[in-house]
Amino acid sequence: MMNMFSDIYSVFWLDLRVMRRHWKSLIATSLVLPLLYLVAFGYGLGRGITVDGVSYLSFVIPGIVALTTFSTSFNSASSKLQVDKMYYKSFDELLMSPVSSYAIIIGKALIGVLRGAISAIAIYLAGLALAPTLLVNPLLFLMLTLLSCFVFALFGVMVALIIASHHGMSNFSTLVILPMTFLCGTFFSLNELPSIAKVVLYFLPLTHSAELLRSTVLGLSFPWLSFVGLLIFGVAFFIGCIFALKKSSV
Amino acid sequence: MDSIYTENLCKDYGSLKAVNNLNLSVHDGEIFGFLGPNGAGKTTTIRVLTTLTCPTSGRVSVGGYTVHDEPDKVKKMIGVVQQHLSLDRDLTVRENMEFRARIQHLNSSKRKQRITELLEYVELTEYADKMVDTLSGGMKKKAAIVCSLIHEPKLLFLDEPTVGLDAQARRRLWDFVRRLNKDGTTIFLTTHYIEEAEVLCDRVGIMHHGQLIAVDTPANLREKVGSIVVETLVDNKETHYQFFANRESANTYVKSLPADVKTVIIRESNLEDVFIEQTGEKVGDQ
Repeated sequence: MMNMFSDIYSVFWLDLRVMRRHWKSLIATSLVLPLLYLVAFGYGLGRGITVDGVSYLSFVIPGIVALTTFSTSFNSASSKLQVDKMYYKSFDELLMSPVSSYAIIIGKALIGVLRGAISAIAIYLAGLALAPTLLVNPLLFLMLTLLSCFVFALFGVMVALIIASHHGMSNFSTLVILPMTFLCGTFFSLNELPSIAKVVLYFLPLTHSAELLRSTVLGLSFPWLSFVGLLIFGVAFFIGCIFALKKSSV
Repeated sequence: MDSIYTENLCKDYGSLKAVNNLNLSVHDGEIFGFLGPNGAGKTTTIRVLTTLTCPTSGRVSVGGYTVHDEPDKVKKMIGVVQQHLSLDRDLTVRENMEFRARIQHLNSSKRKQRITELLEYVELTEYADKMVDTLSGGMKKKAAIVCSLIHEPKLLFLDEPTVGLDAQARRRLWDFVRRLNKDGTTIFLTTHYIEEAEVLCDRVGIMHHGQLIAVDTPANLREKVGSIVVETLVDNKETHYQFFANRESANTYVKSLPADVKTVIIRESNLEDVFIEQTGEKVGDQ
């Protein structure tokens, strides 16, 4: 077991080293889009609007935090892995080492967790400046943020292992990631949608992350269904990673 | 003992037989060269031997361990330098070495010791903290090799080690490979450079369309087709090659040629001649 932890850290160590070298630009670039959403949708467009009984600003901030965990964790985990796999070819070195597949998958996801959590917490703090009432249960919020980051980072690792070209990755971003960004209850309430659309959106992981984080910061009852849903997505992505790794050696 | 042993190894990609019934033995302590054009199946063979790709059928053992059943034991005893170097260009040479030492389970003091030793061994100490991308081609290659030596592997795979290097850097790398071999590392290298296989390898296997068509020492391979070759140009169109066991027979043949046969060259045969004789193609034809 100790070997497993040490292997996970060894895999993470490489990405951590790269991040240490470029940390300012990496964090700054991952904050630009959520901050723009915060200003444009929350502070600009949404002032004076009420959604589900709360101000739109209070409603949208946890949605943007969930979106940040999704986009930053997914992109950080997938982009470095894609570069390692396709350009540097250094990913093969991991496969030829005695490090287990489980350690490779978790180790590669951790950079997504770290960067996603830093960005999400920064956005949350910026949101608190605009809506101080959102500070309800910071510890639970932090744990759910980390869970979201981990699930989305595993998603990124799985996609990077499966897709073998830059073109394919770009298509995936446009066809899957972008629609999820706007549709999963991040900017509007799912209660306003027809029930069939609602059912479809519950099959996407970001919907559950947004529900969980929103209920935590607004002090609503805990959405256990979304918690279990997000865990199921995490397990499914992990299994997907194992299959993708196995398939790469066939 | 054999460092590498394969029996009827096959690797198919759909209808393409990338490796077709390969039977190969590489002995402990030798430099074995795998010669053949691009697409002959050399890199696929290396990928199977290094656990990266599963064979379609056949038996493969490396260092006495079956690759399929005991991949972790195989991984601990091999070092691999891929054609594309596989260094992380966002890191320094030292960081790349540190990473490779970590994933090979070396403890902290052993890591420091091996990194210092190896950097001195290849005279890269002053470049240790430079980013990989700032190094010359030859230095990058050396850095890639020392990364793969960090855990003291008994068997080193070098896939096209001198591609992209200038003549001087290539020769320096050959010296380095010889030194490694002298210090006890068995070397398995693939190349499509004839000269490299001839000057560096104790034995050479020639691959063609996924099959091993010949394997022996370079001298024996040349002797089998004829040590001396006479090149003649007929009608200014096509070069003909005639092989002879010795120079006397070659001279007799040249004297007997008709007057209209031009450009007669008498020279020692090389592995390219062996390849052409065996396959009817040149090494670079694929």
